Amino acid sequence: MISNLSQNRLLLQGNEALVEGALAAGCRFFAGYPITPASEIGEILSVRLPQIDGTFIQMEDEIAGMGAVIGASLAGVKSMTATSGPGFSLMQENIGFACVSEVPCVVVNVMRGGASTGLPTHPAQGDVMQARWGTHGDHPIIVLAVSTVLDCFEITVRAFNLSEKYRVPVIVLSDEMVAHTRETVTLPSLDEIEVIDRISPSVPPDWYVPYKDNSRGVPPMAAFGQGYRYHVTGLVHNTHGFPTQRPDEIKAFTNRLFRKITQGFHEIQMTRSFMVEDAELTVIAYGSVARSARRAVIEAREQGIKAGLLQLITLFPFPRHTVESVLRQSRAVLVPEMNMGQISREVKRVNQGISHVEKYNRIDGRLITPDEICLSLRKL
Amino acid sequence: MSKDMAKLIHKYLRHDKKFPHVWCPGCGNGIILGALIRAIDRLGLEKDEIVLASGIGCSGRMPVYVDFNTLHTTHGRALTFATGIKLANPSLTVITIMGDGDATAIGGNHFIHAARRNLNLTSIIINNQIYGMTGGQHSPTTPYGCFTATSSYGHIEHAFSIAELAVTAGAPFVARCTVYHAKMLDELIEKAVRKRGFSVVEVISNCHVQFGRRNEMGDPVTMMKWFRDHAVTVENSSKMTSESMEDKFTIGILTDVEKPIYTQEYDKIRRKAKM
Repeated sequence: MISNLSQNRLLLQGNEALVEGALAAGCRFFAGYPITPASEIGEILSVRLPQIDGTFIQMEDEIAGMGAVIGASLAGVKSMTATSGPGFSLMQENIGFACVSEVPCVVVNVMRGGASTGLPTHPAQGDVMQARWGTHGDHPIIVLAVSTVLDCFEITVRAFNLSEKYRVPVIVLSDEMVAHTRETVTLPSLDEIEVIDRISPSVPPDWYVPYKDNSRGVPPMAAFGQGYRYHVTGLVHNTHGFPTQRPDEIKAFTNRLFRKITQGFHEIQMTRSFMVEDAELTVIAYGSVARSARRAVIEAREQGIKAGLLQLITLFPFPRHTVESVLRQSRAVLVPEMNMGQISREVKRVNQGISHVEKYNRIDGRLITPDEICLSLRKL
Repeated sequence: MSKDMAKLIHKYLRHDKKFPHVWCPGCGNGIILGALIRAIDRLGLEKDEIVLASGIGCSGRMPVYVDFNTLHTTHGRALTFATGIKLANPSLTVITIMGDGDATAIGGNHFIHAARRNLNLTSIIINNQIYGMTGGQHSPTTPYGCFTATSSYGHIEHAFSIAELAVTAGAPFVARCTVYHAKMLDELIEKAVRKRGFSVVEVISNCHVQFGRRNEMGDPVTMMKWFRDHAVTVENSSKMTSESMEDKFTIGILTDVEKPIYTQEYDKIRRKAKM
């Protein structure tokens, strides 16, 4: 049932490809609440999951959807939810719970325009900083951005893998443009796909210390009902999972949460370089805008401008080393975004006077076109 | 301490890890924890197959003390997590423990929908008519006219009746009890866990510290006496006039009906989906 679509040329919508990616990665539970432009993900999974003994449930709101996703993951099933801005706001509380209790799960946010109810349903990239900092307090999180229908498949597989490996929620940022674009893709076959599962404890239950540090900073995770009876809480906890107020335990806990991600930078921070080798002007873009930027780079080269594109797949943890090397070799860097400038701030933070960083923003619910990027490059 | 009680403490509590507990002396939560443990012991369930999930507040601290799969979720959300756990592994016995504010204010939406949806979960709601942990603010079950930290001039809102709310929302098993009626509480919790479907046990409990002291019932004994004098069993209430029931509330099983269970229905969907 899962593999019937792979290795065929298919005309798929972004949301449809994302579902295929989730299923290929082993997702067997979805809980969510309808919202445009993410609804197709839940709709398709309501048909597909019961076919493969998985579970779909439509909850009473996004808060409940996120809670159920965490519950299912605690019981050992790979889980996800999908939403758009307003629902993503409601999920933030329980996303924080998943960060602190280290429960793997994938949250898809198909971004639409505007704050509040905003601009249904036109594309935007306004939820970038919310994806990183939407839930309160210091916490690590991984944020990935998709730019094509094939990305929706491949990056979703990676999202599950990273989530399982690092025991951290992974946010997949899509947008209305990517989600509703249909294009022909050939999905990889299941044996070509690397699927990573969380590590279960190998010690007997009496020896299990659920939040004990190790070289990776990621403790093995037991599923409820597996014989390892332990406590899971959103309170800051010690290595046994019990709430603590001791400064030494609080510090060790928080530091480990961050260290496990820092140690994985080499594989978590994903970027794509296009004609960057000899580029004097580099575009740094992500999501659907990266597509326009790719076209713009080709056109600029035709006009004799040595342009290149650094596409960010991972937005957070921000791939600062790759961005820094691009800044070092570029006379100027352009950051086009469908927001008022959220990633451009990150680029400027890394820049520290190395190069010249220019932003280009569009917030009218329309995609930034290759022409606009090309024109901006010519002005640099 | 009786030998039996010592046996239960050693078998079910994380007695060497997590005690003393956080609750005030005389708190009703201990009675409810005791009743839960006795009920589970009588049911003969394995500790590995039980999940106890809570929300936030004094009641939220209960799971940490028991040797089950335990989960202390976010405020009001215990039932949403429990829903995910039960769907992912229906063989687990999933019990939630919530407070009145937890279950019917911030978690009110989840509560009515869980009752409507009818997963095989048990929901124990400790109703002490106040937000205890945060310092005694009024909750959705604070009676009209009572004094709290946020109703110093007397409460002008009207209280939810949690058990009746659960019945109306569609829960197939609903019971109410008080911490004074400890023996009945054991039995009701046992029946609720045994019930195939969403079961609710509302337990009227004493927060003499935050509620009682502001309302002329500043010690546990006074509050216990109030529970004794105002609780009427469902059986006895039918013999009483509506005037004599005016300041009373019923305890016992309020409803016990059969309804299709979500996970069974979902198995049918799986079969249809594969055709």
